Amino acid sequence: MSQEKTIKTTTNVDSLRSEIRDKSVRVIDVRREDDYKQSHIPTAVNLPLANLLSDDSPERVLKLVNSMGIDDETPVVVYDDTFGALASRVAWTLEYLGHSEVSLLETTFSTWKSLGLENDNQVPNVQSKEHSLHLRPDILATSDYLERSKDNSDVILIDNRERLNYLEQHIPGAINLPYRTLSTPDKILRPKDDMKRLLENRRISGDSEIITYCGSVGTLSGLAYYALKSVGLPNVKLYVRSFKEWKGLEKPIVKQQDAHYWDLSAE
Amino acid sequence: MTVTDLKQSYSDSATPKINWARIEEAENFANTVKLFRQGKYDEDSFRRYRLQHGAYGTRMTNDYAMVRIKLPAGEIYPNQIERISQLSEQFSIGSAHFSTRENIQLHWVILEDVSEILRGLAEVGLTSREACGNSVRNVMCSPLSGVCPDEEFDSTPYALATARFFLRNPMSQNLPRKFKFNFTCCEKHGMVRMVDVGLIPQTRELDGSIQKGFKIFLGGGLGNRSFVGHQLEEFTPEEDLLYTSIAVLRIFDRLGDRKNMARNRMRYLVNDMGWDKFQNLVLKERAIVRATQSVVTNLEVDHTPSVIKRPIKISDESGNPNPDGYTRWLKTNTLKQKQSLYHSVFITLEAGDITSNQLFELATIIREFSSEGHARAGFVQNIALRYVHEDDLPRLYSKLLTVGLAKSGALTMAAPIGCSGTTSCNLALTNSHRLAKEIQRKFLELKLDQDDDLRDSSIKISGCPNSCGQHGIATIGFFGGGGRVGKEMFPNYQMSLGGRSDGETMLGVTCHRIPAKRVIPVILKIIELFKQNKKSDDTLKDWIHRIVNGKEDSEIKSVLDMRKALDSLTIPPTKEDDPDFYNDFGSDSSYHTKTGKGECAA
Ligand code: HEM
Ligand code: SF4
Repeated sequence: MSQEKTIKTTTNVDSLRSEIRDKSVRVIDVRREDDYKQSHIPTAVNLPLANLLSDDSPERVLKLVNSMGIDDETPVVVYDDTFGALASRVAWTLEYLGHSEVSLLETTFSTWKSLGLENDNQVPNVQSKEHSLHLRPDILATSDYLERSKDNSDVILIDNRERLNYLEQHIPGAINLPYRTLSTPDKILRPKDDMKRLLENRRISGDSEIITYCGSVGTLSGLAYYALKSVGLPNVKLYVRSFKEWKGLEKPIVKQQDAHYWDLSAE
Repeated sequence: MTVTDLKQSYSDSATPKINWARIEEAENFANTVKLFRQGKYDEDSFRRYRLQHGAYGTRMTNDYAMVRIKLPAGEIYPNQIERISQLSEQFSIGSAHFSTRENIQLHWVILEDVSEILRGLAEVGLTSREACGNSVRNVMCSPLSGVCPDEEFDSTPYALATARFFLRNPMSQNLPRKFKFNFTCCEKHGMVRMVDVGLIPQTRELDGSIQKGFKIFLGGGLGNRSFVGHQLEEFTPEEDLLYTSIAVLRIFDRLGDRKNMARNRMRYLVNDMGWDKFQNLVLKERAIVRATQSVVTNLEVDHTPSVIKRPIKISDESGNPNPDGYTRWLKTNTLKQKQSLYHSVFITLEAGDITSNQLFELATIIREFSSEGHARAGFVQNIALRYVHEDDLPRLYSKLLTVGLAKSGALTMAAPIGCSGTTSCNLALTNSHRLAKEIQRKFLELKLDQDDDLRDSSIKISGCPNSCGQHGIATIGFFGGGGRVGKEMFPNYQMSLGGRSDGETMLGVTCHRIPAKRVIPVILKIIELFKQNKKSDDTLKDWIHRIVNGKEDSEIKSVLDMRKALDSLTIPPTKEDDPDFYNDFGSDSSYHTKTGKGECAA
């Protein structure tokens, strides 16, 4: 696995604009179809996250990828309007399929628009392509895998839900890094040095295996997956079925005891 | 839930005048935490260091801290509010807490993240340095200073100068215990007799010109044992303000009890020594300080007036001029300033809690409505927006309504105080925080905020005898403890009546023990008894004042009579009849007391 490729997690606005001009990129908009139809980044195709999640088996995803005109060599940039979390889940799915040329737009579609950048409502004509299938089990954590490895001192398990949800219940041994911590007001991921410092303070560094999870479908933890990759951490896995599955399987859960933290919330 | 994406530029919006921060403190904090985790720093010195930088421990865990952000004189600017909104979402629970001492607190912060918060604060000029520990705590000032119709002059610049002088000053790094200054506007709006040093501005005529000065009160304070402060002298001229403060601090530093942590606030020193002796000592020490003034910096009082500029209306005129609830809100949340046409608007929060989103919206609201361009924290876990033009009030109300910040009753009994209690405090015995919220909801539901007879009364609740909720100065005050029926425990409160912090400051008189789940019925019963027995222009506060002083002649003549009248409400039911009685608010399991290590003295 080449370092170069894994390091590029986001694409900045200017690069994307020139790649679009060069027709050298496939842009995927993962918002709902209605939003996409109103306006989107020029040349973008639409793959609503819900559509992907309705069946994310490799066979189906491969068909979707082919129909979006993506082969093994096509660079892909994914964006959303949900601070990068939905885009991350889609990008991760492509990576899992074996596509390595995928990155996230550094900002959201709202910010793109508020910067006055081009957008239109034209649906591009896409020619289908043939992508190969080389699954990447090394970036996926299943519940069985997690259960076997979570007590291993070399494994760092990260819960990316909000603090109160984490305090209320989490997977034993998990540390909490709320997804909000990862971004800045205008970028979906903090600048690299900033992110590095933050993670190092939390002792998330080095060669440890890192597994991220969130509430249900691996979106917030997908963003964390890319946050960790953005600072070059080599061994990150996404527990894609996340806490919802874990709880459903009645696996062990822990809670912060003897404190009424919910009553401090103004919600 | 998104706070992101919006980046408006208000080029002429007010920005902070004073930078309280030192960015390198964030870095140092991060390194110290690392050393501590590696075992290279012992528990005690780490705790002292942590507290000096404004991070408290949290209930039942070593993994979390509470970060206390100081707002000297209560001042806070829109860009600072936006930053705190962001930090609370990233590193805390998505809410922040306005305290009773003009601090903003972020709870349940992971210790390793504290340095990130310090960094974020430093970028907007805020600090949590010396917000905890044995230091000069946040210097408070009345939220009405500068606009109060009854004040002699604005004490804000003096509060800011005092805060500036003592922050990071070597003189105040290792005091026997915490030390607090409160500045106020007038007798009515301050809390000057319940603090180490309390100051009311006053003037006198000297040789035909007006001289500024202060009435200074020393040695008051609330706590396990509370004391009312003594006035130092008739008039302390402004030139003597710093000398007096230094003198008092030096005496406390020298003579304060460093061994017995539970008795080392300055009030104990004053009490043990006797006021006359202490007063003498202060005056002598001040003479010495004054004589060595060449080496003492003067207070840098900045008298540049704030720019008062009514913000330009941004487009929408759509706001209904008389939206629902407007009149009620106008009556219970706003005060006319001494500057004609301008009002101060108070935002009441539930026990001081505000969400990240609300904070974010609030920043914009301040820019759009406050002609001084910033806000002030109040004394009762609330926020004041000042210099709002009277023509803008309906529009402001509509705006506040859309973000859930338009609760009425801010300046009434319907805005109780509750300390953090079992939501986060190690020493807590009850969930005082939630109880305060429950009382507020009940009062608003019954529209008691509109009752003029109740307006000047107060309800304050602490989760243990330590008085962080200031129960001792409440008209009706409560502190938490455990009650017992056989083997079963239930949450219980000691209730006191008649406390006040104005010109006739006194501590509440103990009345009865009230089970948590009976506190609301008991308060309503007291109000009912008051209505039955009141004189025509009585307020609840006056009536209770007469009762606790043995001067009432109706049915309830004494605290003992009150106690009897409430007796029937306090009898515990059996667990079978009413299991809920045995649970605290916010909890569906049986109550038991559990406490960790307290750090108030650390
Ligand atoms: C024996 C220990 C303690 C004593 C005597 C004590 C005393 C006080 C007092 C008297 C106040 C009222 C502010 C004022 O002086 O005007 C206060 C405020 C406060 N204290 Fe403590 N305290 C103690 C421990 C703690 C602890 C362990 C915590 C939890 C971390 C805590 C949290 C607070 C908070 C949050 C406030 C502000 C109240 C608010 O507005 O929410 N205190 N404390
Ligand atoms: S009064 Fe007691 S429970 Fe409340 S904050 Fe203070 S120490 Fe904690």
